[in-house]
Amino acid sequence: MGTTRLHVATRKGLFVVEGAGAGARITGEHFVGDTVVLSLADRRDGTWYAVLDHGHFGVKMHRSHDEGATWQEIAVPEYPTRPEGATDRDIWGNDRKWALMTVWALETALDRDGALWCGTIPGGLFRSDDRGESWCIVESLWNHETRPRWNGGGLDHPGIHSICVDPRDPQCVVVAVSIGGVWRTRDGGATWTAHTNGMAAGYVPPKHAHRPEVQDPHCVVQSASRPEVFWCQHHMGIWRSDNDLDSWKEIRVQPSSFGFPVAVHPHDADTAWFVPAHSDQKRSPIDGHVVVTRTRDGGKTFDVLTNGLPQQHAYDLVYRHALDVADDGNSLAFGSTTGNLWVTDNQGDTWHTVSNHLPPIYSVRFT
Amino acid sequence: MAQVVFTANLQRHVPCPPVTVTASTVSEALAKVFADNPRLRSYVVDEHGALRKHMSVFVDGELIGDREHLSDPVGPDGEIYVMQALSGG
Repeated sequence: MGTTRLHVATRKGLFVVEGAGAGARITGEHFVGDTVVLSLADRRDGTWYAVLDHGHFGVKMHRSHDEGATWQEIAVPEYPTRPEGATDRDIWGNDRKWALMTVWALETALDRDGALWCGTIPGGLFRSDDRGESWCIVESLWNHETRPRWNGGGLDHPGIHSICVDPRDPQCVVVAVSIGGVWRTRDGGATWTAHTNGMAAGYVPPKHAHRPEVQDPHCVVQSASRPEVFWCQHHMGIWRSDNDLDSWKEIRVQPSSFGFPVAVHPHDADTAWFVPAHSDQKRSPIDGHVVVTRTRDGGKTFDVLTNGLPQQHAYDLVYRHALDVADDGNSLAFGSTTGNLWVTDNQGDTWHTVSNHLPPIYSVRFT
Repeated sequence: MAQVVFTANLQRHVPCPPVTVTASTVSEALAKVFADNPRLRSYVVDEHGALRKHMSVFVDGELIGDREHLSDPVGPDGEIYVMQALSGG
């Protein structure tokens, strides 16, 4: 087990954690006092990116070429002006403003050095080819006929939170939208097809339950070792596709199939981890127990992992970007709304507390 | 010349000392400020030039009425204050 490094984006700063398992320690802090919603370390050139939300002053992006010693503010995605006379209303009839509300996904675009994909709220996908100096909206998806029917779930507006760049072909990208379904392009973003066959939504009338744009995938990940395998933590439960998104199969898990994040082992498509919450209605652990569920057989069976995690009076919720697995497949980390951060170096058999005192955690990412 | 003053809370993100400009509307005044301090723009207005949701602008002590286009008039000796709206207690 080697040394790992982790970015932890929180409501009051970006923290760096180094070391594995019981040896993991906070070794760096950046933007203390400011909300950092997301980070990315581009492994191609070592560039770090941080997304800040200043509330009153808007969303900003910063970039560092020296692992956080210095940061430079860069451009943020900008929405196009809505055409004169065009209407765009949400399901409640409210006018939808075409303006950046927040950044909800940031990934490397593997077809060009320094290129990035960025998912945002209220639903725009953007691309940068110059390390965030400038951004272009992916018009084919923003103008897609279903996009006006995408909607907010827990938030008021829809957002793209998952971007999976296919390791077989960088022109092939899957995005997931809450609430708006799962979409794939095979041509670098020119055209998009829905991939929600088998998913079902329980929050719309039954005859509409299978529509692509009503699906609420909370998080979608793609297996690096078998890219035809995808895992999805959906609002309604857990789904898995092992046929390159031709269809999804639902998997039921005890103690709960509800939750936000999912992580898949980088070398074993059948091993995946989830952090369940009680239910849609009660977004906290079941009976005060923080647990991680892990399957090693593609979802046929699950282990409920508790060693090192609080088992009484715990009310932590883990957001969709707040669970990650390292390249070795053994180290994982997750952080909660209560500011607890846990790591493991044995696939979750034992968890170690890094801190009980961090601000609410939005995202954890191994660099 | 109209004077434009920015909330102190902005200073740690973007230095923005008070400036004087010749302008007949808020939009014109801010455009001149942003021309000299381009990074400041996105902290005050969104990508379409509308005032950010939780920002407020006062002209001679009165809140402006046009948050979309900032067309409110400014007198020759007007005072423009760009503030953040407080919420909560």
